[in-house]
This record gives sequence, C-alpha cells and structure tokens, in this order.
Amino acid sequence: MTTLKTPIAFTANNLLDGEAVWLGSNGAWVKSVDSANVFSTEDERQIAIEAAARADKENLVVEPYEIEVALETGQVKPLTFRERIRAAGPTMRLDLGKQAEQVTTFAAVAA
Amino acid sequence: MYRYDEFDREFVAARVAQFRDQVARRVSGELSEDNFKPLRLHNGVYLQLHAYMLRVAVPYGTLNSSQMRMLAHIARKYDRDYGHFTTRQNIQFNWPKLAEIPDILEDLASVEMHAIQTSGNCIRNVTADHFAGASADEVADPRPYAEILRQWSTIHPEFLYLPRKFKIAVIGSPNDRAAMQFHDIGLEVRKNNQGHLGLRVFVGGGLGRTPMIGKLIRDWLPEEDMLSYCEAILRVYNLYGRRDNKYKARIKILVHETGLEELKKDIEAEFERIRDGVLKLPEDDVAAISDYFAPPQFDQVPARSDSLEQAKLDNRSFARWVEQNVSDHAQTGYGIVTVALKGTGEAPGDATSAQMDVLADLGERFSHDELRVSHEQNVILPHVRLNDLKTVYDALLAAGMASPNAGLITDIIACPGLDYCALATARSIPVAQELSQRFADLDKQNEIGELKVKISGCINACGHHHVGHIGILGVDRRGEELYQVTLGGSGDEQAAVGEIIGRGFAADEITNAVETIVDTYLIRRLSDDETFLNAYRRLGPQPFKDALYPAKEAA
Repeated sequence: MTTLKTPIAFTANNLLDGEAVWLGSNGAWVKSVDSANVFSTEDERQIAIEAAARADKENLVVEPYEIEVALETGQVKPLTFRERIRAAGPTMRLDLGKQAEQVTTFAAVAA
Repeated sequence: MYRYDEFDREFVAARVAQFRDQVARRVSGELSEDNFKPLRLHNGVYLQLHAYMLRVAVPYGTLNSSQMRMLAHIARKYDRDYGHFTTRQNIQFNWPKLAEIPDILEDLASVEMHAIQTSGNCIRNVTADHFAGASADEVADPRPYAEILRQWSTIHPEFLYLPRKFKIAVIGSPNDRAAMQFHDIGLEVRKNNQGHLGLRVFVGGGLGRTPMIGKLIRDWLPEEDMLSYCEAILRVYNLYGRRDNKYKARIKILVHETGLEELKKDIEAEFERIRDGVLKLPEDDVAAISDYFAPPQFDQVPARSDSLEQAKLDNRSFARWVEQNVSDHAQTGYGIVTVALKGTGEAPGDATSAQMDVLADLGERFSHDELRVSHEQNVILPHVRLNDLKTVYDALLAAGMASPNAGLITDIIACPGLDYCALATARSIPVAQELSQRFADLDKQNEIGELKVKISGCINACGHHHVGHIGILGVDRRGEELYQVTLGGSGDEQAAVGEIIGRGFAADEITNAVETIVDTYLIRRLSDDETFLNAYRRLGPQPFKDALYPAKEAA
C-alpha cells in the first residue's frame, strides 16, 4: 500500500447552484471542507477518483479535481491559498460564502 | 439610445428559450459538462471559485434607467444583492444559480439586454468612450459605429470560433478614455479637411501576458468602409492566427510575428476584394443608427450656474466633488458626472441593488434617462444640468456614492482576483481596499493629483495593470501572494506599457511600496502641476528603484 506524500481530498462545484463541495463519506458531496474525506494512500486515491468521476458522469457535480490538504487536530486544511478561499468564501466579504453560513471560516482552514 | 428592432427582439428571445432548453438538458443529464460548457460560455455563464458567474453585456457602456433598475432587480432577486461593474464596461453577478439563469436572461431581454458573446473566442462586447455623446472634446459620437459593429459581430457565423477572443473599442475624441490602443482593433472617429467622417484604425493592441500597443494600420478609413475593413482584418486573423497555443493566439501576436506591413498587404487585398460588397455602409443606414444616438433635448441654460457657485461656497465637500468628478460637457450649462464606485475601503466597481436603484433614479430624473459604465469601474451620469448637481450630489452622498476621487489615487481599477476568479493567482480587491484606506485623506489625494493605480490578480490583466501609472500584478510565489509593480503605463492617447520596477512585494508590503513610490514622486516633482506620469517620464525608473530597494549597508 503506497502512502501519498501529501494527503488529498476531492473537490468540485455542485451542478445546480455552483456551490463548492468536497467528497465526503459514502460518496456524498459535502458543503464543508471539514467534512471532506481525506485520502492518504494510493489505493484510497484510486477509489476516490472513481467516485468523483461517477459524480461527474451522474451530473451531481462539475469538474471534480483533487487538492492537497493537511489534517491538523481533526481540521482539514487545504494547502493552497486558492482552495482555502474556496473553502471559506471571499476574504473581503465575510458575509458571503461558507463563512457567512458558519460552515467554515478562513481562519479555521488557514495554515 | 439604440432600441431593439423586431429582429433584435426575436433573436434575443430565441436565444433565451434556447438556453433555457440547454440548461434543462444539462440538468436532466442529457448534456454532459463537456457538451454544455461552450454553450454556457456563449451566454456569459462562467464557473468561478464559489459559484457560477453571469457576465451581462452593457453595449459600449451605455444603458438607460430601466436597464439599470433591472440590474438592481437581478442582484436582489437572484444574487446576493450586489453586482460588479467590470473593466470591459460589463456587469458581473457572482452568485447566480444555474437553474435560475434562464429567468435572469428573460428579465434582461425584457429591457433589451443580454449576455451573448461576453465569453468565448468570438468578438466580445464592443467598448467605447464612456463620455460619448457628451464630452466637450468630441469630434463625433463613437456609439453609432459601436452599434453597427455590434450588429455585424453578433453571431457573425464566420467569427464565432476565432483562434482567441477579440475586442474592439471605439472613441470619438482625440483624448482616449477607452484604452483604445490596447484592443485587438481600436477605432478613432475623426473628421478630414473636407468635413467627412472616417476612422483611424489600430490593430494588434492588447494587455494580458504579452502587452502590446496597437499599430496604426490606417490613418484614414471612410466610415462607409468600416465593416469591410474590420471583416478583412478578422478574416486574415482567422486564417493565420495561431490555434496551437492559446498564449500566442491573439491577433497582437500575429501582428508582432508577421510584421504589420506584411499583414497589412493581406488585409488590404481582402479589403479591396470586398469593399464594394454587402458590408459597404449605406449613408442612410449610418444616419438611421446615428439618429438613435441623437443628443437629448437640452435646455438652453447659461454657462454659469449661480446656484451651483453658491452651493460650492456653502459646502466644501460638494465643491471638491464638483472639481474632481464633474467634467466639461459639450452643451453649455451641463456637466458630466462620474459616480466613483470607490468609497474608502470598498471593492472597486461593486454596487448594491439599492445603489443601482439610486443611480437609475438619478439617470431618469437628471441625465435624460442615460447612464454609462466606464472601463474604470465607475458609473457616469452623462447629461446633468449644472443647476441640478447639488441635488444629484446629495442623493449620491446619502447612498454612499459621492467619493470625490475620480482620477485620483484611490480611483483604483481592480479585477475580482482570487477572492472570486478561477483564473486568479492572487487577490486584488484587498490590495485596492488597503490602498484606498492608506490614501483616504482627501487633501493628500489632491496633493498627489492624477494617478491611476490598476491591479490584476493574474497575468491575464483584467485589472489593466500594464497601463496603470502604478500597476500591480499579483502572482503566486510558492504558495504566497506576491505583487509585482510596474510604473509609467498609460491607457490614454499617449499609450505606454508600464515597466517592471524590480522584485515583487509580499501582501503586507505592497501598500508601503506604493506609498514609497508616491513619496518619491512628491519629493522629485518639479511643481504641483507635474503629474506622476510626467514626472516618471522625465525621471525614469531609477529614483523609484533607489527608494524601493535601498542598497544594503555594508556589514
């Protein structure tokens, strides 16, 4: 079993409303990066790739792709600035996006 | 203003119905994303970081009050209560739901608006001087030409799949307020010695990763030949433009690599072949289109308004706003109002639905039902009587839109950047906000004088950083935002691409860096009248480099 150099998660946007979502448990797409499944081995990654492709084909989500994450004290933290902004919302409009719905804040996913 | 004819109305309605069907088929799964993506892009629907984004065309930046009111309605009903006016004179909504976009398009069609060709490798919304039909320095209104170009380029079957997107700008005065020379085709309406109208034609300008100033290809083109000549340019581009590399696919690269003279031979040959064909503009048609843009019925009022002068004496803030945000109108007793959507600490170009409603009301009551969107992300009330300026100002003040900073250092252009955009590599709006706060003091802004700061969050340059007097480009350096500074750019008739001044600055350094540049200018300028740009042109980059990167002291 090959362990990945960096753990990963899968993300996409919902087809209907365009909202950013992450692949969670049992193939469900969740609205918070906190609930994203984190994959640490190549085998897990392959299963996730298939799940993402299935969701794409079944028109649940649009253009899924993998992102690198860190798992710190139970919190999933995307490694790139871009993905942290996707996880929380616009940094200059805290009243918009996930942070407004108190799903995830930028501070929570920041390094 | 142009009004849809029967053909326009039916065409736009048909497109809405067609897109409604396409969305339904996408939602049902009949269309895959690969099938659907080009269709949605042709209707202005992007997928961004947080949601879909709808880009609505404001043809040549002109709209009436009903249209502005409809934009407010869309922001309120379908979005998050605001819209973002862009550097292409368009408006973007950042949070629409896919299933509701057909309804939005139907609402837009009811006021003769749409989102067609606001994306994709086609001829995009034609832009124009936002002071068109109003400015004292105008030779002729550029909008009839822009409208003729719009009609020609909309679903032009030959030009819907070009090597890359294609942008055209038209101006009608010697002072370029539309960055005309930074477009794929730039047109300047002029008059010859016989009093005939014609065009000066530039080709191959653009920003992006390879900024180029347009090359003059025709100093004089009779107006009747405008479409034939543009068609000839597009045909040659469509034939020879590179399709193997999207970074080399714009016409500016073709012009640069082929050479203007050689390309011109092909363009002129094609033009000669088609110039007397169906695209030759009949005088009657030009006149008919021009009638739509006939000046409104202005009141005959004196050049000096006593009530305005008294109000300026009574209210220093109002006087400052008039000085900075009201420009000379061709009609005696009128002024052009620039409503700067650039309040201290605000996101450039953003307006709430309530603000859009106020703008619509003011346009209706005080500006002959006309408004404009400028590429500098402001809204213009083009025809305001001097006597009415105080009333307009009071309403703008109450709505938080009376910033007296048009053309000053806080009148910043910024693209949406990494806070919204899927292409961005760094944030731009927060940089604009911090600069706006740092330079909030109005006396300081006035002391600095005219200074255009333009910020892009990636190399694609939607924030026009190359033509900023101070340009800022945000890039990603090993996961951190880094801001490169260019100096000396200009989008006016003395077009210039800014020069990179040195190594970039971190997000928490960039505001200080800009302040250092400004302080250096203030110390080195010859007089209060020497603008930043003129001082830079005289001094060159060295004094600014010395100030930004002081030599390390010897150990």
